[in-house]
Amino acid sequence: MDLLTFARGPALVVSLAVFVLGSLWHLAGVLLRPRMPDLSPARQGAPEKWLGALRAVKHGLWPRKEFGQAALGSTINGYVFHIGLALVFFGYAPHIAFIRRVIGLSWPALPDLVMYLAAGASIVSLLLALGSRLLNPVLGKISNLDDIITWAIVILPILTGMAVVAEPSAAVLSRDRVIYPVPLAIHLLTLELLLIWFPFGKLMHAFLFVFSRGATGLRFSHRGVEV
Amino acid sequence: MIASDPAIPAFDKQDGQSDEARVEAAMRSFVSEFGVTTALHLESCVRCGLCAEACHFYVTTGDAKYTPVYKLEPFRRAYFREASPFAPLVRALGLVKKPGIVDLEQWQELIYDSCTMCGRCTLICPMGIDIAELVKEARHGMFKAGLLPDRLALMDRTARQWGSTATPGEDLPDILAEAGRSYGVDIPCDLDSADILVTAASAELSEHTKALADAAKILNRIGVKWTMHQGGFDASNIGFNNGDMELQERLTRALIDTAVRIGAKTVILPECGHAYGAARWEAAKWYGQALPVRIIHMTEFLDELIASGRIRVNRIGETATFHDPCQIVRRGGLEAAARRVLAALGFELIELKDHGVTGYCCGGGGGVVSNQRATTLRHKVFEMKQQQIEATGAKRFVTSCGQCRITFEMGARHAHWDKPTESLLELVADNLAG
Repeated sequence: MDLLTFARGPALVVSLAVFVLGSLWHLAGVLLRPRMPDLSPARQGAPEKWLGALRAVKHGLWPRKEFGQAALGSTINGYVFHIGLALVFFGYAPHIAFIRRVIGLSWPALPDLVMYLAAGASIVSLLLALGSRLLNPVLGKISNLDDIITWAIVILPILTGMAVVAEPSAAVLSRDRVIYPVPLAIHLLTLELLLIWFPFGKLMHAFLFVFSRGATGLRFSHRGVEV
Repeated sequence: MIASDPAIPAFDKQDGQSDEARVEAAMRSFVSEFGVTTALHLESCVRCGLCAEACHFYVTTGDAKYTPVYKLEPFRRAYFREASPFAPLVRALGLVKKPGIVDLEQWQELIYDSCTMCGRCTLICPMGIDIAELVKEARHGMFKAGLLPDRLALMDRTARQWGSTATPGEDLPDILAEAGRSYGVDIPCDLDSADILVTAASAELSEHTKALADAAKILNRIGVKWTMHQGGFDASNIGFNNGDMELQERLTRALIDTAVRIGAKTVILPECGHAYGAARWEAAKWYGQALPVRIIHMTEFLDELIASGRIRVNRIGETATFHDPCQIVRRGGLEAAARRVLAALGFELIELKDHGVTGYCCGGGGGVVSNQRATTLRHKVFEMKQQQIEATGAKRFVTSCGQCRITFEMGARHAHWDKPTESLLELVADNLAG
């Protein structure tokens, strides 16, 4: 079995299994913990619980204007990274072809130029985030190994993906064989590494943020406070 | 060592537990706190550090150790080692270090001296993490370990003995009689039955006794049957701040049980932020069911009386600015009520730069006002608040929490600032019309 076959076969299956089962285990392990019902009477006019939770999820999308500059920089950088990564992952034609092979779903691709810009923006935002984490005293105080491992594991698929890009995606897709099997296998393996790490580190915030914000929304909307 | 001033010990210890016993007690308590919301909030932190930008102690000192989420470090470690979904793996591989006695001792300053549990950090957190609540839960473990500031421990012992940090219950009739004589008002005490049970804050039983007379003046005006009562009179609830859950429950039950015994349908809380947090939102937890009485803050009560026309107030017609007490506004939902009362008093309200739910804490909440180790930090926060208050150009400065008021008064004395901090209750009582 060559490296690409390994990456497209058993490594993909194992990493997807770890990702799905690990994430479910993680979510269940948190969400099934004991809960204490709030027996206090709600503030008159408090919204329904689900609405309070939903509003908190929505409000968390952008910092309050009162926090202005303090929150703006890291928020914008975060959006640049997340949007850039989403565009590359879901919009690049070879990625869509890969997803179609795995689960049978596909959708129209975005132009290659958009992909290159999105990947570039994601890399720049990740470098800015790393610089900030290494140089900002507050981040220095609170950072741990998870932050560094996660940063490396997230940037690797983008870098290895960029390394594979040597020609337009239409040309790549028109061929029935891979001309750079080892670089492509490495790219796939870095993605699989990310999938395997996902349930164990801070990447879980991709699922948890909804519940975390929602829980605070529940607590505070009950009191008549919009958070 | 975390303490910024090496001359001041960063931690105190109570009782004679061994270090091992302290750690085990703290860990047992921490683990008992890890319900679903706590777990979600500990899990979802991405360590972005934005919470620092919302914390008055970080903003005024620039010291990274005051980053709110950093204050939770031993609590966080306990979670990941003992309760997280991958805890066995974390322990087996030694991925997270178990908090030791040195960690707990060092973090005492961050958990007690430099967190007022004001919750401003929650509003900036992109994950919506309620750090104030987590700090409160961490304090439960610190209390069990006998690791809280001595001043707070002393107040705790007093409250366990007296039911109040200010005075034993048996002295209440004398205090009320004296306040009544001084301000020319009748303050009923220990009635066998009443519709309303009125409670006090510790400070009102000592230096701010006019507040007792002010409440009496208003209640007597509306002609309801009300009383204060030795059985449950101090609503400040030092157990809530210290992390002493047993005391918190005892003090809470004293209020509710007394109200039930005398047939009261309403318990009025004093102008005290943490009293509101402890009684309005947490009393039912200790009671084990929905409360048989309504619990209402003095500000809400005044707002309702004015709105219903049961009292009328004279219009003062000056400019004023208002400090929003964190537990009453940001964590309590009474932002509009205080402003309606100020409007009824005819004040032209000039808001602080940071006000309402995003207003900065006075710097003394969560027991910090009573903790002499935190004096320097409190003064730094006061400087910021003073600047914001002066920048409004308002003639009067008002708040609706006695603890905030004391914190401002202490800060003003230190800064030789002559602007008085006025109480909303006092303003209403002094300006009752007709």
